[in-house]
Amino acid sequence: MIPAAFDYVRADSAEAAIGLVAEHGDEAKLLAGGMSLIPLMKLRLATPAVIVDIGRVRDLSYVRDAGDHLAIGALTRHRDLETSDVLARDCGVLRAVAAQVGDNQVRHRGTIGGSVAHGDPASDLPAALVALDATFVVRGPGGERTVAATDFFRGFLETALGPDELLCEIRVPKSGPNGYAYEKFNRRAQDWAIVGALAARVGGTTRVALVNMGPVPLRAAAVEEALAAGGSVPDAAALAAEGTEPPHDLNASPEYREHLARVLVRRALEAL
Amino acid sequence: MTVNGTAHDHDVEPRTLLVQYLREACGLTGTKVGCDTSSCGACTVLVDGESVKSCTMFAAQADGASVTTIEGLADGDRWHPVQQAFHEHHGLQCGYCTAGMVMAAVSLLDEVPEPTERDVRLGLEGNLCRCTGYHNIVKAVLAAAETMRAAR
Repeated sequence: MIPAAFDYVRADSAEAAIGLVAEHGDEAKLLAGGMSLIPLMKLRLATPAVIVDIGRVRDLSYVRDAGDHLAIGALTRHRDLETSDVLARDCGVLRAVAAQVGDNQVRHRGTIGGSVAHGDPASDLPAALVALDATFVVRGPGGERTVAATDFFRGFLETALGPDELLCEIRVPKSGPNGYAYEKFNRRAQDWAIVGALAARVGGTTRVALVNMGPVPLRAAAVEEALAAGGSVPDAAALAAEGTEPPHDLNASPEYREHLARVLVRRALEAL
Repeated sequence: MTVNGTAHDHDVEPRTLLVQYLREACGLTGTKVGCDTSSCGACTVLVDGESVKSCTMFAAQADGASVTTIEGLADGDRWHPVQQAFHEHHGLQCGYCTAGMVMAAVSLLDEVPEPTERDVRLGLEGNLCRCTGYHNIVKAVLAAAETMRAAR
């Protein structure tokens, strides 16, 4: 399958990328690792006239201790997350979830920023970032702004990122090396989750996030509230499907996904 | 880009996929197109030493990179230990997935030099064999790891 023709330009810095996107307007699309965009282009579901390749903007690839939080460059590859010593010490959950994305080949190319900007509710990392109450640093022609992960995901493949903006950094709280469990249910090892459930202890609270249970990655608010009120794990997990809008597709009906959410949340909480 | 140690220089359309470039411009047809949707891994090659699916990368993205395909693994007449192990342990049936399997295994053993069977099975999750030949493939990769360890 061959994508529609496009013009290719390469940016060697974040500023250059923002400038190129401003120059080409709505016709341009940023290409990071390409693990989501290239398949869409091959299916001609995406037909950008101009590709701005930011894959070599190396100064956006890092995992840094920033004092009270960790700062992760948007172009940090999944492979670099899953082998990061900083994450192993201060945010084990993100390291473990990154290791569940796709397969080795995908993790060698795919980036955390690409996954976030793509906004697929079936992706692993966006749900983890929603659970962590991450903050996204976004730059555009008008300067820099920060967006909370919970406000960033607007709808299916829709985010708060403007067409002229570049996601530059992801900030996550230090949640320690342990205290998490991710239950990913799929048919083949490399696939997207049919449903995923993440439980994580962050700063004395238990967070629960759901993958592929609606048009955006979700927090299982009813479960979290039940746990905070002292409810048992089985009672809290029974509320996992509340407030969700699970999709219907070849893999599963909404009803089956609701069942999976309850089972997977219970398993994740029991494994905490 | 450098492919198997040889410099290649072509003007290509931006939409040219790396696998097309390798097969059609460089004439290296050992790399196969399987699913063409980045699921099966038959098109796996190494870019700067790491496994990637060449059907899901534009040739332009590999501009200046060092690419290794199945044709570049052997050292003259001497097969790479992974190739030798696939031969000895019959790690194939029809052979269509083999080039990609071998390249993925080479990359895996570079990152995890002493893998367990589970490491190998997880490490090859991006490569599908529809002959259901995984058992011997895993045996071959474990044997290659042992050969490479002994040679270090």
